[in-house]
Amino acid sequence: MSRIDVRKTYKLYINGAFPRSESGRSYEVLDAGGRFAANAALASRKDARDAVVAARSAFKGWSHANAYLRGQIVYRIAEVMESRRAQLVADVMACEGLTEARAKRVLDAAIDRVVWYAGWADKLPAVLGNANAVSGPFFNFSVPEPSGVIAIVAPEASSLLALVSVTIPVVVAGNTCVVVTSRTRPLPAITWAECLATSDLPNGVVNLLTGDHAEIAPWLASHKDVDGIDLSGVEDAALARSLEAAAAVNLKRFARHDAEEDWAVRPNLRRLSRFLETKTILQPIGV
Amino acid sequence: MARIEYAPAPESRAVVKLRRQYGLFIDGEFVEPASGEYYATINPADESPLALIAEGGEADVDRAVRAARRAFTKWSKLSGAERAKYIYRIARILQERAREFAVLESMNNGKPIKESRDVDIPLVAAHFFHYAGWADKLEYAGFGPNPRPVGVAGQVIPWNFPLLMLSWKIAPALACGNTVVLKPAQTTPLTALLFAEVCQQAELPAGVVNIVTGHNQTGAAVVAHKGVDKVAFTGSTAVGRQIAETVAGTRKRLTLELGGKGANIVFDDAAMDQAVEGIVNGIYFNQGHVCCAGSRLLVQESVAEEVVARLKRRMQTLRVGDPLDKNTDVGAINSAAQLARISELSDSGSTEGAERWSSDCALPDKGFWFAPTVFTNVSQAHRIAREEIFGPVLSVLTFRTPAEAIEKANNTQYGLAAGIWTEKGSLILKMASELRAGIVWANTYNKFDPASPFGGYKESGYGREGGRQGLAGYLEADHV
Repeated sequence: MSRIDVRKTYKLYINGAFPRSESGRSYEVLDAGGRFAANAALASRKDARDAVVAARSAFKGWSHANAYLRGQIVYRIAEVMESRRAQLVADVMACEGLTEARAKRVLDAAIDRVVWYAGWADKLPAVLGNANAVSGPFFNFSVPEPSGVIAIVAPEASSLLALVSVTIPVVVAGNTCVVVTSRTRPLPAITWAECLATSDLPNGVVNLLTGDHAEIAPWLASHKDVDGIDLSGVEDAALARSLEAAAAVNLKRFARHDAEEDWAVRPNLRRLSRFLETKTILQPIGV
Repeated sequence: MARIEYAPAPESRAVVKLRRQYGLFIDGEFVEPASGEYYATINPADESPLALIAEGGEADVDRAVRAARRAFTKWSKLSGAERAKYIYRIARILQERAREFAVLESMNNGKPIKESRDVDIPLVAAHFFHYAGWADKLEYAGFGPNPRPVGVAGQVIPWNFPLLMLSWKIAPALACGNTVVLKPAQTTPLTALLFAEVCQQAELPAGVVNIVTGHNQTGAAVVAHKGVDKVAFTGSTAVGRQIAETVAGTRKRLTLELGGKGANIVFDDAAMDQAVEGIVNGIYFNQGHVCCAGSRLLVQESVAEEVVARLKRRMQTLRVGDPLDKNTDVGAINSAAQLARISELSDSGSTEGAERWSSDCALPDKGFWFAPTVFTNVSQAHRIAREEIFGPVLSVLTFRTPAEAIEKANNTQYGLAAGIWTEKGSLILKMASELRAGIVWANTYNKFDPASPFGGYKESGYGREGGRQGLAGYLEADHV
């Protein structure tokens, strides 16, 4: 008789812990073939608010952590992903219905993307900042700084590569975030959360919510302690419009859904600079 | 010793030749508004009418956007080097006609001539000169290999630095190959209309710059027009929020430069005379009509009494009056509406228990005036410590430690500017790194430069104006 396997309970990832939804709700996740795969936690407004509190608490420490350290921690995420290949590939195959060979290529791309972004941590000020030639006896320079707590609606179809591609640049730049994952394909996200949890990433820097973005994202868009919102995963034009309008309540920095975006292509600075502020400091030269 | 009074030293108005009436500047010429309606613009220092200004409506905005769109085809294809030469021409003409612009700015805005002459207009020319040089160097700006213009920019600007804000909007837009429809503030349209003449003298191709005057609904029409690809706004946070809502769900790009409640932080080791000058410059410059004004003075408890006493002594010497007098330090409040807002907020300060003190100066009978005012015993909960007053009103709070100063400075929805006064370099850098503000001035305040990016954190808006970063809002490129 074959052994009965031990199945995993899929939960949220908030403040470094894996809680169920405080609402007690869950939803059925089907694999690409339409078979039952798991019950995932259906995140609620309260979960979203808890996640924002966690992200805000983590912001000061993470944004002021030195860039070398941030780069190493993000690089370690790639290391842990590499060591969890088998499960990540299995999750992507199950959720996206890919062959093993294609799922492996997706994972390769996701890991390589993390490595690419990790290296940016200590280069952003050199590339995005500048000394300014002002016409007077002043030392004047501009440096990039993270915007703060960013809400991210991750794309629905690409369950791992897109998730990594929208989350990592925000974090490398020193922000903290609350990510609403793919609703129908949430399993790779939860496995990825386990990678994050074992990568020395401080608690609260990344928080992952599985569930319905049409339900949760409005609370994040109107939340006054959220500084920016990335609507990459919001394909519904009416919802995108209402979220962007709600985000105006505290002038959140926003990024819109881009139907043209190809997750397989190596990215550029756009996602890194999207949630950065420029701080200009000016001081007289003299005795 | 008796105080020696200055004799009046008025700047001549003869350099300004006002027309009776101004149309809209669309497609290279002045045209009648579709409605045929005009309103009077006045001198806030004496309420005398200066000229009649066209009230632009939706039809006029549409006409201007269409002109800008037509002009975009050629302008965006012109080589950067050729665009640069047009913008350099504009900079030179502004320098040549600087005095005329300065006098007109002071007449229509109420700011002292020494500021319009020595700050506003020189910065305007410098801004055009700076961005002219970028026009043929955009591929070196760090936004990727193939930077392209966005299209037609709809720009709405405030009344506090009328021509300077025009330059912050138009210079980078043109350098990047965009065309513009600009809506000046309703109370201060005159220098923008004089700028239209500069565009004609420079032989800037018709339709590259269009200026549509009017009230709030004119600006709203510019923002909402479907043919506008990029919206840039400077003004209040409340209006900025409305604009962000209007733009939601469109493809329009948006940059906003909004309100502030800047903290000017004075430590006990600061050079006192310089700090007091910096406090005065931070809040009484331009009648406090400055989004980045140092309107909250945070002073270390051990020197608070001394600083406030020195500040009051200095405020007594501020000369309030005729904006065209070359010795005037503080001019007129720009409008009756703004004066009412400043008065209402100041009254709330007294009502809520803060201690009010104003310099002892005679105010003219006509026009809109407000004596430089300082509030002590202010708590963080008071409206005068939280809301932008946009007038010559300073709120003084105290702190004991740098950590407390940071906590209080950042305790605001705004994040535009801050000042630090200390002789200790490491403390400056510590404060600068912890303050959530887009501009941090150390041992100085209110210093502007075209090469220096300017803009806010949090509800002070997003996007930067000035310098390399100021190009980003007007470019399509890989890294934008």
